[in-house]
Amino acid sequence: MKEKKNPLSFQLDVSDFLPANKEEKESLVIMRESVSFWRDGLRRFEKNKIAMTSFIIIILVFIFAFVMPQFYPYSYEQQIRGSENLAPMAYSEPELALKAAGEKVFPHILGTDSLGRDTMIRLMMGSRISLLVGLVASILVLLIGSIYGTVAGYFGGKVDLFMMRIVDIIYTVPDILIIILLMVTLKYPLKDLAETVPAFSWINVIGVGLICIFIVFSLLYWVGMARIVRSQVLTLKEQEYVTAARALGAGSGRIIRKHLLTNSMGTLIVTTTLQIPSAIFTESFLSFIGIGVAAPMPSLGSMASTAIDGIYSYPYRLLAPALMISLIILSFNLLGDGLRDAFDPKLKN
Amino acid sequence: MSELLLNIQNERLSFFTPAGEVKALNDISIQMYEGDVLGIVGESGSGKSVTAYSIMQLLPHTGRIIGGTIDFNGHRINDMTEQNMRKIRGNEVSIIFQDPMTSLNPVYTIGNQICEVIKLHTNKNKKQALERAEELLSLVGINEPRKRLKQYPHELSGGMRQRVMIAIALACEPKLLIADEPTTALDVTIQAQILELMIDLKEQLGMSIIMITHDLGIVANMCQKIAVMYAGKIVEYGPVDEIFYNPQHEYTKGLLRSIPKLSEKEHNRLVPIEGTPVDMLNPPKGCPFAPRCDSCMKICLREMPQYTTINDGHLSACWLLQKKEFMQGGEEN
Amino acid sequence: MVRYIAKRVLLSVFTLWLVATITFALMFMVPGGPFLAEKTPSAATLEALNQKYGLDQPKIVQYRNYMVKFIQGDMGVSLKQRGRTVSQIISTGFKVSAKIGGLSILIAVLIGVPLGCIAALNRGKWLDNVIIVVATCGIAVPSFVVATILMIIFSVKLGILPTYGLTSWQHYLMPVAALAFYPTAYISRLMRSSMLEVLGQDYMRTARAKGLSQFWMLFKHALRNAILPVVTYLGPLIAYTLTGSFVVEKIFTIPGLGNAFISSILNRDYTMIMGTTIFLAALIILMNLVVDVAYKIIDPRIKLK
Ligand SMILES: Nc1ncnc2c1ncn2[C@@H]1O[C@H](COP(=O)(O)OP(=O)(O)OP(=O)(O)O)[C@@H](O)[C@H]1O
Ligand code: SF4
Ligand SMILES: [Mg+2]
Repeated sequence: MKEKKNPLSFQLDVSDFLPANKEEKESLVIMRESVSFWRDGLRRFEKNKIAMTSFIIIILVFIFAFVMPQFYPYSYEQQIRGSENLAPMAYSEPELALKAAGEKVFPHILGTDSLGRDTMIRLMMGSRISLLVGLVASILVLLIGSIYGTVAGYFGGKVDLFMMRIVDIIYTVPDILIIILLMVTLKYPLKDLAETVPAFSWINVIGVGLICIFIVFSLLYWVGMARIVRSQVLTLKEQEYVTAARALGAGSGRIIRKHLLTNSMGTLIVTTTLQIPSAIFTESFLSFIGIGVAAPMPSLGSMASTAIDGIYSYPYRLLAPALMISLIILSFNLLGDGLRDAFDPKLKN
Repeated sequence: MSELLLNIQNERLSFFTPAGEVKALNDISIQMYEGDVLGIVGESGSGKSVTAYSIMQLLPHTGRIIGGTIDFNGHRINDMTEQNMRKIRGNEVSIIFQDPMTSLNPVYTIGNQICEVIKLHTNKNKKQALERAEELLSLVGINEPRKRLKQYPHELSGGMRQRVMIAIALACEPKLLIADEPTTALDVTIQAQILELMIDLKEQLGMSIIMITHDLGIVANMCQKIAVMYAGKIVEYGPVDEIFYNPQHEYTKGLLRSIPKLSEKEHNRLVPIEGTPVDMLNPPKGCPFAPRCDSCMKICLREMPQYTTINDGHLSACWLLQKKEFMQGGEEN
Repeated sequence: MVRYIAKRVLLSVFTLWLVATITFALMFMVPGGPFLAEKTPSAATLEALNQKYGLDQPKIVQYRNYMVKFIQGDMGVSLKQRGRTVSQIISTGFKVSAKIGGLSILIAVLIGVPLGCIAALNRGKWLDNVIIVVATCGIAVPSFVVATILMIIFSVKLGILPTYGLTSWQHYLMPVAALAFYPTAYISRLMRSSMLEVLGQDYMRTARAKGLSQFWMLFKHALRNAILPVVTYLGPLIAYTLTGSFVVEKIFTIPGLGNAFISSILNRDYTMIMGTTIFLAALIILMNLVVDVAYKIIDPRIKLK
């Protein structure tokens, strides 16, 4: 190391060598704002353009699926005689006649199907089914998974071992086979139940097919959630055990409950959000092979399936449900990715 | 007199990140002769690793040398192509990293990873490389070397893995060995063993070593010279004895106070330096240590202090030294 | 290792038994039987048929009979496709499905892995962005959508590819592409993120400090670590390919195992339901076991217990 004896470029003054006071010193340190986990995450999320766009799209799809049917002049099971197989924006002859007579006829924006049902409203209802399945199934999975995982993690020991062994076995069961079997078979006892026991008549209101899907998904998909929650509880227990012992008092049960909610919330939200598209995926698959939601209730999967029969004459009919389902799944995936980046960076991959 | 091995002149290095330019190194100069052992000390983020990596050109592409020169063993490192650099790395200069747990590839055996570097830089065949690897493992004090060669990193303890890292670094008998906090991640007893090993090896092999550490205590019995770094600058530089018994920079004094003294009682063993390190994105205009310095003066806030020579080869950049000179000068006038 | 495999096999047998029992129980929850769909046979014929196939006996006896025969390797005859045994139908269907499924898994890995690597190595550049966007869209499109869109383009509009059957190599193109689409996209994403993670690992820095070339760093040190998540994904992928094949087989009218499974359920072909379910479950479980063992070979850290 060489010394550089360059002459100072400025004149020194005795006052320069007076001690600096505290304020002067502190003014140098630029304090970083400390922000809470949630605020910080929320800010990161808001900055993420892709995630925000997906979020807005999802809201729009919700409006499309739940609000617009209220104002739409056609209903999803209404078969308009004489208006079968219309192309998008086309009118049938009776409708043209009505229009000529000066009446207002709402256009079939996406045309009609072979039974004369308006495709647009069916698309709305199909999206509704997809969203319902995704949300309800994920919430059920979240509930069952977190309760099971918390119990296993909290009690630990033999209880944990036994409960996790069950999870392991369910994990090895090829889920899709059982789902298909259950979907086909569960319908009948449910129908019986709805018809014979008045307390269960609501099943018919929601639809046996949908109830079936909810039950089947929550029966098989909770195991992943249970594992995640359990490991979170175990880590927390480990950490809290030390602090709780130090602090003396304060039952660790309460601490765990409080911390599980605050610390694991990020992970749970992200996992649940990413569960939604996979539930939607499976539902559309089931409806496509013909064992999902029962007719006349449309589902994006079953709409695509019927469109295939007329693929040579009406290939465009496939486009609407296909695009819709892909858009919904894509948006939820991107939203989940965004939430993960914002709230749970360590969960990456 | 031995040859000049490493000559870093006024090196400036910045990372160009999305958040802005991080000026990681400001005007670093270091000279090392063959057989020298230099200690670089300083707290986390002071630029010790960056200095070391820049000698080997191991930095990510966001980090660029924007001024000064690095000459090593007759090579002008600044201008070297990646291809030529590869011939030097692991051969003429090698490095041991801080965390032995993650520095070895988990999916290959120890033997494979040692032989790899031998085969790369020498023309030994597989069998000769294995023999050399075995020899190296005994050199770094690993028992049953033949058996260890076939083991995977996860089968070894942290101390063992660091010994393997040392073996890899020594494989081609480098002129310069850089040890980047080789003991920080280890247990205290293992730390002592690894340090002992390094001192042994230095004496046996006679290579130059750069020893990077947080801890002044570690360098005391190993190094001839010490560079104290703070916020990307060498704030004090000099022979070990000078730094230990005649420290001039306020930061060095603070560091020395923080060395645990075994004779003292438990409660005053450690006197950590108060305050937080500087934000390298917005470094202060004057002395970077000013916000934490007890003797801080008005000038310290405004201007960067220059180096002052205290004794032969002992330099320090602190306004207190200038003040002494100024006051003396004033008396003369 | 041997102990681990033995343990896993034992667990698999248990799972299979569980699946078989659940299936058996579920089958009979459905009203109607295999013979009802056909132009409502007379009561006498029905009784004769039921008697012939042992369907008149108590369920528990039927269950025991089935299990005993199954262990002896006899899966019975199909109740609908007269004269064909369940194992015959499964083996013909499986040959078809395995060809399509195997091809698409192969393609997904061969395309997905390099794409992911290329994206990771060009992180932040346009090539990376293109691959990410395509792959992210790719995992949002169900296979039936891909299949039908392919069909519209290549069969309906261009008329260059056949839409059903499996008699020439052209017949394979669309089904395999449709089936491989999702896993290719998924593997690309997986590979990219795991590659990025590996590239940031300390041992990659060690490799660089040794003086290794980019090529060796990548192929020796990075790839083998980065591919581990892809290997774990192969288990679920195989299961996915099977379900995907249900759809693809339906769309392209391919006489595969998926088709056989679905139609057996819809037809209440009891022996076929049992046979296909157990076979598919065994296949998935076996493949998962193979994948786990392969994982052990690549990653020495994993201790199989
Ligand atoms: N890849 C990078 N991108 C941006 N800034 C970096 C990068 N690597 C290092 N830096 C910055 O360079 C400065 C010096 O870092 P360096 O790793 O050399 O510190 P160090 O003294 O080795 O600390 P430690 O004791 O923690 O290893 C730090 O302030 C850090 O913020
Ligand atoms: S220059 Fe001033 S602030 Fe810096 S160490 Fe010296 S006295 Fe302290
Ligand atoms: Mg460092």
